[in-house]
Amino acid sequence: MADISDFYDLDSTLGDDEIMIRDTVSRFVENEFNPIVAEHFEAGTFPMELVPTIADMGLLGMHLDGYGCAGASASAYGIACRELESGDSGLRSFVSVQGSLCMFPIWKYGSEEQKQQWLPRMATGEIIGCFGLTEPDHGSDPSSMTTRAVKVGDKWVLNGAKRWITNAGIAQLAIVWANTDEGFRGFLVPTDSPGFEARKIENKLSLRASITGEFYMTDVEVPETMRLPDAISIGAPLSCLSEARYGIAFGAVGVARSCYKAALEYQLDRPQFGKPLASFQINQIKFADMLTQMTNANLQANRLGQLKEANTLRPFHISMAKRHNCRVAIDAARTARAMMGANGVSTEYSPMRHANNMESVMTYEGTEEIHGLILGQEITGIPSFK
Amino acid sequence: MKVVVCVKQIPDPALPGELNPTTNLLKRDGKLILDESDSYGVEMALQLVEAAGGGEVSLVSMAPNNEMSGLRTALAMGADDAILVSDENLAGTDALGTAKVLAAAIRRLSPDLILAGVESSDGYTGTVPEMVAGVLDLPSVTFAKQISIDGDTVKVQRQTEAGYDDVECKLPVLLSVTAGVVEPRYPSFKGIMAAKKKPVEALDLQGLGIDLNTVGLVGARQETIRVTEAEERESGEIIVDDGDAHQRIAEFLGELKVI
Ligand SMILES: Cc1cc2nc3c(=O)[nH]c(=O)nc-3n(C[C@@H](O)[C@H](O)[C@H](O)COP(=O)(O)OP(=O)(O)OC[C@H]3O[C@@H](n4cnc5c(N)ncnc54)[C@H](O)[C@@H]3O)c2cc1C
Ligand SMILES: Cc1cc2nc3c(=O)[nH]c(=O)nc-3n(C[C@H](O)[C@H](O)[C@H](O)COP(=O)(O)OP(=O)(O)OC[C@H]3O[C@@H](n4cnc5c(N)ncnc54)[C@H](O)[C@@H]3O)c2cc1C
Repeated sequence: MADISDFYDLDSTLGDDEIMIRDTVSRFVENEFNPIVAEHFEAGTFPMELVPTIADMGLLGMHLDGYGCAGASASAYGIACRELESGDSGLRSFVSVQGSLCMFPIWKYGSEEQKQQWLPRMATGEIIGCFGLTEPDHGSDPSSMTTRAVKVGDKWVLNGAKRWITNAGIAQLAIVWANTDEGFRGFLVPTDSPGFEARKIENKLSLRASITGEFYMTDVEVPETMRLPDAISIGAPLSCLSEARYGIAFGAVGVARSCYKAALEYQLDRPQFGKPLASFQINQIKFADMLTQMTNANLQANRLGQLKEANTLRPFHISMAKRHNCRVAIDAARTARAMMGANGVSTEYSPMRHANNMESVMTYEGTEEIHGLILGQEITGIPSFK
Repeated sequence: MKVVVCVKQIPDPALPGELNPTTNLLKRDGKLILDESDSYGVEMALQLVEAAGGGEVSLVSMAPNNEMSGLRTALAMGADDAILVSDENLAGTDALGTAKVLAAAIRRLSPDLILAGVESSDGYTGTVPEMVAGVLDLPSVTFAKQISIDGDTVKVQRQTEAGYDDVECKLPVLLSVTAGVVEPRYPSFKGIMAAKKKPVEALDLQGLGIDLNTVGLVGARQETIRVTEAEERESGEIIVDDGDAHQRIAEFLGELKVI
């Protein structure tokens, strides 16, 4: 049966290069990642052995120009995220955190020396970054953060804790956001600095094939040259989040597609009451709903790509798509899971893993509620959460 | 060092193929992709040039409708340039005709080494490489699983049923590369974007100086006489375990002489 998961043939709006990037990433996910993801999900590990291949393709910082980065289009970046996340949100997270949350701030707010020092080695995966904004007591409201940096001579002294940080524990470089007497600033902090201590968070029931951790800084000193000179407000970390959320809007489509396909294949194959499950009306309606919602999500992502390329993309556009598409993905994952009965709860099939992952993806990078409130502010002109 | 790789562009094997009912030939009017069998030759060529500390990897392909999607993939992997031969008069060209065309294109490049796949994934006659070598009057070594260059000599491990032969041969030479012996790299995104700008010389038969009567349907000495449906696979025997299943499986494998 023909694959109609791209129902309106939205990929026909992509250029040749973008199609080739899509096919390359999807082949990588299918051949190298999907066969091992279940093991890593169970073990709570990320397949670090794939990092050289991920880097060789050019996935790390792929939408940035220069400094060893591929300089691909915004749509190509989105499509790559979609294909990665069809495998697992942990895989897309790895690429998002490295490219959008760690390389992007250096590329956008860093000095020329900082860019040359860090970006090429981050593009090759030699240096892995993590992005420390969230704190144990401050998540949705990062402006109330308590991590502080104090200037002493030409050095900065950092104190504070960051929690729920992807790749903390395996990263060599932390992008740390801290409050200072002058306002919010960003720092490049090598994780082997004296006073810097990172720990992995165990016992996660979600995004298990991704490392999440926390770090503590006790009088960690960095020179002024490790401060991002052009990051001078909370807008700087938020702009990084916008980059990553943009990718999530696409990634969620990949999740929905993976779940839809898994359930469809399963139900076409499995007879109950003498005929395939897919032949029952109620299941066909479920597939129709899934495909419709997935198409809605895909349309939003596709349009985001066009707006980003036209430089007219606004943060609230991303809020709508991130919020909507994550909801579509988690609903598809749960529906697909149930449509596969008992087998649906095993790691052999993707939907329950995706459903669990989406709990994190709906929470990080701005929760469903917060993105709704950002839209609410745009709609009414009244901020409800400030 | 200059290496030429013969790459065939074929209909995507993941999509249902279709035969032309009058000629019994595979329809090739849609998008064609790089034959996976040839991705090994491309990878091998890139590695040899890297090991030699420099050189050039050129591709040669014959395909209908100036189709170059498959060439782009190989260029994105890192090949430098390509010659694409496309001509309406090539319709119906058989293996020898294909070899004549490829040989004429290769001659223009005067390479040190020519690589091809052992057999393509769609036609898989496994005859074209040796015919190309024949037309070019070059030695050829089949089933190469490892290749190294030492001055003007190539050393080849040639896969055999029992193991491998060590073969040495003076350059220039044509080698057919066994599928699976190297891990073809994924095209890099930079490579993908650069591939568009790499030179692809499109030639027709006239441009190659080939006599129209020696190729195409008129020149073909091979003819596809009949096509029959592949036999449906019989469903296997189901063994229900009554405690002796392991024995029956062992017997079955014994009959197949695999254990
Ligand atoms: C009677 C007949 C009519 C045909 N008519 C047509 C036609 O109308 N249109 C058409 O497109 N094909 C046609 N073909 C297919 C023909 O051109 C095949 O390419 C040729 O027979 C090679 O066969 P193969 O695929 O078995 O090659 P193999 O010998 O199995 O291939 C081995 C290697 O040779 C090289 N090679 C083979 N073919 C090519 C190529 N085309 N370009 C570059 N490298 C190559 C590759 O490295 C490949 O891995 C026809 C074949 C026959 C027998
Ligand atoms: C697996 C994982 C990886 C992560 N990786 C990173 C990372 O790499 N870097 C990083 O900095 N952070 C990371 N995070 C943290 C993530 O960004 C935060 O968890 C998120 O911003 C929410 O913050 P919180 O957990 O403190 O929830 P809270 O802010 O405490 O929110 C709890 C609940 O209250 C709701 N809520 C909050 N405020 C309001 C309001 N005004 N009105 C209505 N409802 C409200 C929220 O929507 C949520 O449902 C990660 C989280 C997870 C789970």
